[in-house]
Amino acid sequence: MIEARSVSKSYGPALVVDGVSVTIPKGGVTAVIGPNGAGKSTLLSMVSRLVGMDAGTVTVDGLDVSRTPGDVLARRLSILRQEQAVTVRLTVADLVAFGRYPHSKGRPTIEDEARVEAALAWLGLDELSGRFLDELSGGQRQRAFVAMVLCQDTDYVLLDEPLNNLDLKHAVGMMRLLRRAADELDKTVVVVLHDINFASCYADTILAMKNGRLAHQGPPAEIMRPEVLRDLYEIEVDVEEIGGKRIGLYFDARG
Amino acid sequence: MPTILVPALAVLGLFLVSLFVGVSDVSPATILADPQALELLLVSRLPRTIALVLAGAGMATAGLIMQMLARNRFVEPSTAGTVESASLGLLAATLLAPGMAPLGKMGVATLFALLGTGLFFAILSRVPLRSTLIVPLVGIMLGGVVSAVTTFFAYRFDLLQSLGAWATGDFSGVLRGRYELLYLSAALTLAAFLAADRFTVAGLGEAFATNLGLNYRRIMGFGLSIVAMVTAVVVVTVGAIPFLGLVVPNLVSMVVGDNVRRVAPLVALGGAGFVLACDIVGRVVRAPYEVPIGTVVGVVGSALFLAILLRRRHELG
Repeated sequence: MIEARSVSKSYGPALVVDGVSVTIPKGGVTAVIGPNGAGKSTLLSMVSRLVGMDAGTVTVDGLDVSRTPGDVLARRLSILRQEQAVTVRLTVADLVAFGRYPHSKGRPTIEDEARVEAALAWLGLDELSGRFLDELSGGQRQRAFVAMVLCQDTDYVLLDEPLNNLDLKHAVGMMRLLRRAADELDKTVVVVLHDINFASCYADTILAMKNGRLAHQGPPAEIMRPEVLRDLYEIEVDVEEIGGKRIGLYFDARG
Repeated sequence: MPTILVPALAVLGLFLVSLFVGVSDVSPATILADPQALELLLVSRLPRTIALVLAGAGMATAGLIMQMLARNRFVEPSTAGTVESASLGLLAATLLAPGMAPLGKMGVATLFALLGTGLFFAILSRVPLRSTLIVPLVGIMLGGVVSAVTTFFAYRFDLLQSLGAWATGDFSGVLRGRYELLYLSAALTLAAFLAADRFTVAGLGEAFATNLGLNYRRIMGFGLSIVAMVTAVVVVTVGAIPFLGLVVPNLVSMVVGDNVRRVAPLVALGGAGFVLACDIVGRVVRAPYEVPIGTVVGVVGSALFLAILLRRRHELG
C-alpha cells in the first residue's frame, strides 16, 4: 500500500501539488489521469523519491520514502519516467541487467542472470538483446526500459506516461503487458496516462487529478461518467458502453 | 577476454618500441654490452615510457568519466575548464609558495581543477536548453575565461614559459625521480574501474540512478574528484594532452558501446597506446629533434575528432 499524506510541492511561485492525500491499494493497476499541469508526474516523482516534497509524507508498505535508504527502497519500488534522451550506448541486455543492481550491487549471481533472461523473454526482446539502444525504434526502446524496471523485481512499479511516442499497436501491447504484470507477477502498477480510455479499459482504480489536487478516485465505472469528466477536463464527453467497457467520446467534444 | 588481448598486445608492442627509439643508441643488444646504455634506459627511456602509459591511460579514463557525468560525448578535461583551472592552481602555487614540493603543487592544482569543473557543472545545471553542442561550448568558454586570468598573472609575473609547459604536454623532460607522481593517476584510474557500474548509471541520468538506489550526488562527487586529480597530476608532471579524453572514449564507444565496466579497460589501453604512438612519431619525424607530444596529439586528435563529428552527424540534430 502506498500512502501519501498532505503532500505538497511548489516550483517557485507555482503550487504544483497541493496537499494531496491518497491511498493506493496493493495489487492491480492504478491509473493516474487528469489535464496537463494537474501534478500527476510530480506526485509520482515524489512518491518514488525522485523529487523531494515541500510538505507531507509518503510511505510505501510503511517505509517513509524520504527517510528510507535509497537502496532499500530500490528493492520495493521502481519508477520509469518519461523517456529522456539517453546518450549512453548500452545494449538491451546490459540495460535490463542494470535493473538487478539493487539486488546484485554489480556482482550478478546466476539467479540475477536468469531474471534478466526472463525479463527479456517476457517483453519479447530476446532477439534484440545484443542491439544498442540507439539502434532501436521508439517502441522497442520503451519496451527495453520496461524490461529493466520489471527486472528490478519490485512490488511496486510506477510508470510516467509509458505510452508516449507509441503507436496504437505498441500502446495496446504496453497496456496488456502492464495488466499481465499485475495479474501474473502480482505487481502493483501505478501508471500516469493521458488517454482516459486506456485507463478505463485496463485499470482497476483511477486517480483523477486537477490543479494539484486529487479530484476523484474510484473504479473506472465511477470515474468514466460525463459529469466527472466534464468537471475534470472542462469539456463535454459522452460516455458509451462498448463491449462492457466504458469509452469516452471526446473527439468532437464541445468546450 | 579476447577483445582486450589484441589492444593489450598492441600497447605492449608500442611500449617496447618506445624504449628503443631515440637519439642515443639503446637496443636490446647494447644494453647487455654497454652499461651506459642500460643506465640511459633506466633513467630516461623507461621512465618516459611508463609516464606515457600512465598519463595516456589516466587522461582517456578521465575523459570517459566526464562524458558519463555530463551525459555528453564532447566533454573532456580540456573542454570543461578542468585543465585550465588546474593550470591556474599551479600558477597560484608557484607564485604564492615557490618552494612547495610537487605533491603540494599538485594538491593545489587538484583543488582548483575540482572547483573549476564544479563550476562547469553548476553552470550546466542552470542552462535551460542542454543541447549536445551547448555543453562543450559552455566548457570551452569557461576554460577561456579561466585561462585569460591565468595568462594575465603569468604575464605580469614573467611565468608565461611555465604556463606554456603546463598547457602543452611534453615527455622529453621525464627522468627517473620526476614522473613518479603519475602512479597516483594509475591508482585513481583503477579506482574508476572499480566504480564502473556507478558511472554507467550516472550516464543514464539522475532519475535512473535514484531509482536503482544510488546516491547520484555522491557518484558525481567521486567522479569529479578522480577527474580533477588525474588532470592535476598530468598537468603538473608532463603537461596537458588535448583531445585524448575526447577521441579515445568516442572511438571505443562506437565499437563496444558505453558500458563503463566493459569499456574502461579498453579506453585506458587505447589512451596509453595513442599517447605512445604519438610520442614515437614526435621523436622520429624530425630526429634528432623532437616535436612535443601535445602538438602531435593535437594534429592527429583533431583529425580523428573531425571524423567522429562527421560520423555522429545524425546525433547532433
